Amino acid sequence: MGEPAVRVQDVAQSFGSRVIYRHVSCEVARGEIFVILGGSGCGKSTLMRQIIGLLPPTEGRVEVLGHDMYADRGEVLREIGVMFQAGALLGSLSLLENVMFPLEIYTRLSARARAQVARAKLALVGLGDAATLMPAEISGGMAKRAAIARALALDPPLLFLDEPSAGLDPITSAGLDRLILDLRRDLGATFVVVTHELASILAIADRCIMLDKAAQGMIAEGDPRKLRDESREPVVRAFFRREEVKEAAG
Amino acid sequence: MDTPFTFSAEGGTLRFAGPLETARIGPSWDKVLAAAVRAKGGRLVFALGEVTACDTGGATLLLEAERAQGSEAVLEGADERVAALLDRLRALPPPGRPPPPPGFNWRDALRGGLGLCTGGIAFVGEAVVALVRLPTRGYMLRPSDLLRVADQAGVRGIPLSLLLGVLIGLILSFQSLVPMRRFGADIYVSNLVAISLVRELGPLLAAVILAGRTGSAFAAEIGTMKVNQEIDALETMGLDPMTVLVLPRLIAAVLVMPALTIALELSGLLGMLLVMVGAGFPPVIIGNQVAYWVTPADFYGGLVKAAGFGAVVAAVGCRAGLSTGLGPRAVGLSTTRAVVGGIVGTILLDGLFAVLFYRLGL
Repeated sequence: MGEPAVRVQDVAQSFGSRVIYRHVSCEVARGEIFVILGGSGCGKSTLMRQIIGLLPPTEGRVEVLGHDMYADRGEVLREIGVMFQAGALLGSLSLLENVMFPLEIYTRLSARARAQVARAKLALVGLGDAATLMPAEISGGMAKRAAIARALALDPPLLFLDEPSAGLDPITSAGLDRLILDLRRDLGATFVVVTHELASILAIADRCIMLDKAAQGMIAEGDPRKLRDESREPVVRAFFRREEVKEAAG
Repeated sequence: MDTPFTFSAEGGTLRFAGPLETARIGPSWDKVLAAAVRAKGGRLVFALGEVTACDTGGATLLLEAERAQGSEAVLEGADERVAALLDRLRALPPPGRPPPPPGFNWRDALRGGLGLCTGGIAFVGEAVVALVRLPTRGYMLRPSDLLRVADQAGVRGIPLSLLLGVLIGLILSFQSLVPMRRFGADIYVSNLVAISLVRELGPLLAAVILAGRTGSAFAAEIGTMKVNQEIDALETMGLDPMTVLVLPRLIAAVLVMPALTIALELSGLLGMLLVMVGAGFPPVIIGNQVAYWVTPADFYGGLVKAAGFGAVVAAVGCRAGLSTGLGPRAVGLSTTRAVVGGIVGTILLDGLFAVLFYRLGL
């Protein structure tokens, strides 16, 4: 087995005296879709911020693509793409310009070539016709897809998606799940996804870890379908039982 | 060691080697498309046997070469994943042509100007209606809001007014003193500076300060509220944004502007006094000159103008905020509109006051 795409070793995070989590360790294999899940306030997004180099952990070590994230941050940041929860598109640029932005900084492509590559990325996420729209003119689902296109701009081997389905209707959300699976198949990329949407987790995740606010740490790791069926951990069972309630109601 | 990306063309066969990746293909992009165009009408072949890696940027280059040549290429020695990636891009609908960049259009410009005027008139009308209906909707006007805005616009603006006033008084009197001394008229510098400050410069400069500090803040605050749908929320609570947001700012600006103007005028006179004392005139003489030549009509007329300027600056700022579009960029545009519009409006109103005061013999 090759070197993992992400290695989190005994990481802890606290803000003042408030402990968010302790002793979190996990590895994400290359080509895998790995989900960080848990209830609200358990520290899912905080853990992702630590992995992508925005928040140095109080304790522990984060390695991304074989580099210490906080020693070689500049080098690693070229190799990853990040989609933030609300898209975080630059409001003064059109969708096309948003996707062209990293290409302008990191490649030697001409303006015409950059536009052609950016149009292809937008077409990949289903926004081929929306290239000239401004972020303020599009819906939440479109903003998330445009943010994925921007994250894909440099074809990074590792992508981080923060709550890709949050606030979206089930059809758009399922469309995004399909897009993530297609991109993994076509590009062979590794995905780390933060979400608490059960349907998404079960549709896309190869493996997951679950964080819990009360336990101040990780309470489960593995295949989400196995966790749903076999876990004896009460919080994990309660988390997945919501899905059963939904299915029964449906 | 990294293998470099290389490209060569033999007739309709485009040969690629090494990593066909976004970061490497930049220098070869135009050459590939030019070679594809040269192969028009013939058979296009992509020799990909020596390609070690391919990403969507690389696949996009192949697709663009196909589009430039006009036919689907035959792939030779292509890795299964490269072929799949290219097939996926081929299956996507071709991107539409970008719309032409907007050029200048007289009709649009005229329509925009007309819209601005009618919008401004409508805004003034709505503000007047809100003011008239205020006695029955007094509960919507929160005194705490009024005091907060008055504090922000007035009290916190006093130090800047004092500083600018002293500087303007110093500069004006110093610049006038030198030429007027040649004619032995240097004593009249105090009259010149005092009258111009009290009648004209005091209210005008106070309005510029208000537009820069407060008009822009009004636009940014109300604009951000609009972007965050807070104004919609107020409306759904049955509250009138004109009464809740605009009236407190208008009233506060009208009330604080005379105070800002007086502060600016007094500090300006102090600056003038410093220069005149430095030039050898006793303060009593300067005081007499000012008291004799500056009439109460000058002073009160200046304060009336100041109140009018305050209303214009606040109205322009609030209107800019309420007409904010979508997104963070729109808030920036609104603040610019508030400052520019506030200053232009102030000067226009100043012209009207000049005509009015002339007619009234003031």
